[in-house]
Amino acid sequence: MDIFLQQLVNGLTLGSVYAIVALGYTMVYGIIQLINFAHGEVVMIGAMVSLSVINALVGAHVGWPPLAIVLCGGVIAIPVCMGVGYALERVAYRPLRRAPRLAPLITAIGLSIVLQHVALIIWTRNPLAFPQIIDVVSYHVTSNPDGARITNVQVAIIGISIAMMGGLVALIYRTKLGIAMRATSQSQEIAGLMGIDINRVIALTFAIGAGLAAVAGVMVGTYYGIATYQMGFILGLKAFSAAVLGGIGNIGGAMLGGLLLGIIEALGAGYVGDLTNLCQLSSWSTAIAERCASDPNLTLFGSNYQDVFAFFVLIGVLVFRPSGLLGERVSDRA
Amino acid sequence: MSGNELLIAQGITKRFGGVQALSEVSFTIREREIYGLIGPNGAGKTSLFNVLTGIYPADAGRFTFDGRVLIGLKPNEVAARGIARTFQNIRLFGNLSALENVMVGRHVRTHATVFGAIFRTAGTRAEERAIEKRGYELLEYVGVARRANDLAKHLAYGDQRRLEIARALATDPRLLALDEPAAGMNATETAALRALLERIRQDGTTILLIEHDMKLVMSICDRVLVLDYGKKIAEGIASTVQKDEKVVAAYLGGDIELDLKRA
Amino acid sequence: MHALIDVKHPAVAKIGVVLIAVALAVLPFALVGIGTAWVRITNLAILYVLLSLGLNIVVGFAGLLDLGYIAFYAVGAYTYALLASPHFGLHWPFWVILPIGALVACFFGVLLGTPTLKLRGDYLAIVTLGFGEIVRIFLNNLSLPVNITNGAQGIAGIDPFRFGTFSFATTQRVAGVTFSGPVKYYYLLLIIVLVVIVINLRLQDSRIGRAWEAIREDEIAARAMGINTRNMKLLAFAMGASFGGVAGGMFSAIQGFISPESFVLVESVNILAMVVLGGMGNIWGVILGALLLSFVPEVLRYTVGPVQQSLFGRTLIDPEVIRMLLFGITLVAMMLFRPAGILPSALRKRELESGRTT
Repeated sequence: MDIFLQQLVNGLTLGSVYAIVALGYTMVYGIIQLINFAHGEVVMIGAMVSLSVINALVGAHVGWPPLAIVLCGGVIAIPVCMGVGYALERVAYRPLRRAPRLAPLITAIGLSIVLQHVALIIWTRNPLAFPQIIDVVSYHVTSNPDGARITNVQVAIIGISIAMMGGLVALIYRTKLGIAMRATSQSQEIAGLMGIDINRVIALTFAIGAGLAAVAGVMVGTYYGIATYQMGFILGLKAFSAAVLGGIGNIGGAMLGGLLLGIIEALGAGYVGDLTNLCQLSSWSTAIAERCASDPNLTLFGSNYQDVFAFFVLIGVLVFRPSGLLGERVSDRA
Repeated sequence: MSGNELLIAQGITKRFGGVQALSEVSFTIREREIYGLIGPNGAGKTSLFNVLTGIYPADAGRFTFDGRVLIGLKPNEVAARGIARTFQNIRLFGNLSALENVMVGRHVRTHATVFGAIFRTAGTRAEERAIEKRGYELLEYVGVARRANDLAKHLAYGDQRRLEIARALATDPRLLALDEPAAGMNATETAALRALLERIRQDGTTILLIEHDMKLVMSICDRVLVLDYGKKIAEGIASTVQKDEKVVAAYLGGDIELDLKRA
Repeated sequence: MHALIDVKHPAVAKIGVVLIAVALAVLPFALVGIGTAWVRITNLAILYVLLSLGLNIVVGFAGLLDLGYIAFYAVGAYTYALLASPHFGLHWPFWVILPIGALVACFFGVLLGTPTLKLRGDYLAIVTLGFGEIVRIFLNNLSLPVNITNGAQGIAGIDPFRFGTFSFATTQRVAGVTFSGPVKYYYLLLIIVLVVIVINLRLQDSRIGRAWEAIREDEIAARAMGINTRNMKLLAFAMGASFGGVAGGMFSAIQGFISPESFVLVESVNILAMVVLGGMGNIWGVILGALLLSFVPEVLRYTVGPVQQSLFGRTLIDPEVIRMLLFGITLVAMMLFRPAGILPSALRKRELESGRTT
């Protein structure tokens, strides 16, 4: 039970990060029906920039409290990422708004490659590390002293994510900009005719998504303690899977999908080794029994298969329920 | 001009979410008829086409075509059975030539496999020649032969409509279902279309026609079915249906009395 | 239809073909003069031509966005490696393994295609991408508990192609001319690629090819015209995959060593870029795209280093990084400025020549 709870805690933390990144994907898809393939790289840039700033501050011995240092990293990362997001939209997406599917997809892949290698040039292959400035404190989740624990960093991540999600929902449903965004996602043409500057709305959507990505990047850098120029790709793909799981274009779906995917991944990684441990079949085969006498671990699929969970979820959702958990059922009209 | 019953529709019903698109629609089309399907916008005409051609299944009711029931068939299977259609919004293969569009229509009646294609067997080559020949014939038949090698997307609007008919004819259909073939045509083009449709009927193909051009409908259709809000409100000889009160009301708005129980 | 070569003067065409044939025949010896590495580079380029032609069936003819094509290359490569190396101690002859590899790849093609039948555009791309990654991850990890693929270490000592005592790996002198291993492989690859080109041309100009193009243009209309789109799509995946499988087997034998690192996502993107750059659906364009994207980076690699040395006194940026950077920029520029590719579709060209304006 305690292992389960621990994995749940880990999963919620991971899931919160996925949720924040998934929001970026879903917002862009909701408004222009395009998958922003380069979104993962924006997260990477957020992580790299913030870690660079944090390392610089620590190296300069400014003596600020850890929270302030991390905040500073975030405060600088956010505008940088928003700028990148805006540039992506202007350069790659706006000119191709009416082009067939293939064009913006390839452009986004191209930009993803460019961003990765620019990062490689700026920061080299060496990973950036998060300096040991935070006192990690863990709290017990249950009354069991050896049981599941949750750290202050995890609490912070989950808390900040909830705050950001709440803020975004407020933005979309309570502000003029939010109405404009929702109108544009329904119909660009009509929204434009109603006086909405759709170019501005779309650009802002990208920027907000990028800002969220920056925050996610800071969180990832802080939680895992490390960031490299290649981290964006897999993370982006997983977050995209989360967005699809929840229903692409649906804000609540992105949040739900993110949390679910995080939990699935954590539980999967934790249990798949146990579930596929062939030693459980020792009573069926003497060959296995002999092998397991010396080493009780004969796992078919270990935690190194963790990454495939997201892919299987993605494929499963798209095949069996393409509209996702919270998405609308789209009926066919010829 | 009437013959055997070719298509029988019984109680066709279809719902999309909150909208009842079709409600217990029943009718019969006889061989070599030109059968019209009319009604105000949103009456369910294209939905009826879509159910007929297998794009989505009916919620209730069924079609019987040439003595066999059409149930659970996919669009390509319906085409194989002998029902070909055109689309309200013209769905040609834009980047293929006019000739190639028609040749694609022959797919369902031909058999060349990958093996035949790669090894260019004698049988395959003969079939290819026949396909191309038939393609030119059909282009001639509808009157766009001079544009055979032009990309379909570059054809004039009227030519595109006729090309779509040629492509449908290439599948050797028993029933040709046309969705507003005269839309956007001027009087001359419509007259030419009328002659074409008459010729198609003479040559043995039954026609089911959705149209808004009442002159065309009245001049060419033997019988007509009128839909309104998914329900059949009249069926019969064109001139009779035209005078039917319910039909007039459906098109012109009728009395001010609101029937709140509809919808 | 799509004629083999579309020209106004058949005599010119014939002379042109003869010249090209002669050039191709002596090419390896010219390259050896520049540097023996260039023959290997050329062989790799021909493999990419094979891959591009295979992907062209899926993306160009049928219009199915496949971002995981490299998986079939990997399957073909590993099939060969497992059946002709010290790994399992099997040493089957190449002319048995290559067809097996093609069949296995074919099977994977259908496996990938089946769940994607209802997906459009972006989603199809993402799912195929996921599939490609799943294959790679499995190849990387299938070393425990039973060692099937030897994991990240890959498989080494793969047999070259052999015909009795004649081996493709050894150097021989015939009639005073030296044929090294790579040069022998070159001629074999040339023959194979010519066969593949003919197969592609014939497929394009057939009932099947037209059905694929119809599906690409408008799937709903294609279905309404009686085309079994499900089977046609699976057929496209299967055929494309089988070409990848054959290419993979050759890759294994030529390199002598393979590992999951050769089959990463960037490679799928690379091949897709070759198809799109050349002009999707246009066989000659695709070949041109493959050759460009194979040779230009290599040429850059040999020039960028020295250029940086002379300008800055040292290598500022790794040539490999510059290559990827330029690759990414090329992708973006391509879609922004010339999405139809370098060679417009042959059909369009014919239309232009016949005097009609677009």
